Amino acid sequence: MTKEHILTLLEEVKDPEIPVLSLVDLGVITDVIISEAAHVTVHMTPTFAGCPAMDYMKKDVERTLEKYGISSYSVIMSFDNPWNSNKVSEKGRIALKEFGLAPPPTYNLILDLDILEYAECPYCNSTNTTLRTPFGPTLCRSMHYCNDCRQMFEQFKPL
Amino acid sequence: MNELALKDLLYKLADDQLILGHRNSEWTGFGPILEEDIAFSSMAQDKLGHSLAFYTLLHELGEAEPDTVAFTRNAEQFHNSQLVELPNGEYDFSLIRHFLYDNAEIIRFEMLSQSGYEPIAKVATKLKGEVKYHVLHANTWIKNLGASTEEAILRLQASLNEALPYALGMFEKSKYEQELIEAGVYAGEEAVKAEWLNRIQTVLAKTELKLPALESIEPVLGGRYGVHTEHLQPLLSEMSEVFDIDPTAEW
Repeated sequence: MTKEHILTLLEEVKDPEIPVLSLVDLGVITDVIISEAAHVTVHMTPTFAGCPAMDYMKKDVERTLEKYGISSYSVIMSFDNPWNSNKVSEKGRIALKEFGLAPPPTYNLILDLDILEYAECPYCNSTNTTLRTPFGPTLCRSMHYCNDCRQMFEQFKPL
Repeated sequence: MNELALKDLLYKLADDQLILGHRNSEWTGFGPILEEDIAFSSMAQDKLGHSLAFYTLLHELGEAEPDTVAFTRNAEQFHNSQLVELPNGEYDFSLIRHFLYDNAEIIRFEMLSQSGYEPIAKVATKLKGEVKYHVLHANTWIKNLGASTEEAILRLQASLNEALPYALGMFEKSKYEQELIEAGVYAGEEAVKAEWLNRIQTVLAKTELKLPALESIEPVLGGRYGVHTEHLQPLLSEMSEVFDIDPTAEW
């Protein structure tokens, strides 16, 4: 049993609100530690502190470990290695876009207003878009309008 | 570090978030436009999550479980500023309160992310990124509406005048203030207030709104020491209705 093996198993666990995105690609699995006695500790961190899906995700991780016969485990949720949107993997970004959700723009250290307002339309790739509201149907999404293909779309918020 | 001082700081942070979170949730289904309904509902959810993060730190310091702490105290046991417990009023008042409150909250989180008390620093580092969206939301609307029609400006100005004494009450000092500053845990209310003034003035300068002369205003104090308006207890009673019927209910 290796860390890589566990991470492969956890690929199965998806974000309940974005079923194409695994928790590994979302970047909320921050570490997997396997002790000499084969006890598996999975470290997780929330995307948004108030995200009601986090508890569900944690239980899903536990269910998946059990499904594969791992009975000695603990799943720990903490802010030790806090999530930010740069932690969404390249594979995750492609999955988001195909799902119709603009992936969060990557940024370098400082998240300024320009990045919060920037979005690339997932339908026509235009960057001629307007932030309509920084709040959307879930805590992690903002709503934008594409001035070229004239459609509303949602973006996974940069954080 | 004196644990009582730490707990006092954590309670004031957590209680502000919980109570304003509840007030924000009262806009669900009543927002003036759909986007605002969603915005206040989302901020409610964020703020509840933020209060949970601080109640969890309190629990680690030996206080009761977060749900117990949130749902079983009476008004005089709450450390929130009176600003956050005031009824929502009309949209202009809720918007002004949101603007005055969140511009202070983000400064607290920025400063606490540098705290010498590591558990607080970690939580604050995370939350300051989330509150950025609340500040962006508040500042955008204040700039838009504060420079729009005569009615909008009059209403916002009246709400600003009404909310300001309570907003100044946010900076009421803890009895452990000096201790927290000297221990490098918290930069203190004076520091937060000075930076807050800076930031809200920058936004207000882009509008027709005028910040009343602060020297002429008597801050409404007491919230941090359990003194509250008559509006807090009914809020708490409503918030804990389900918990009171069945403390083990899950939903």
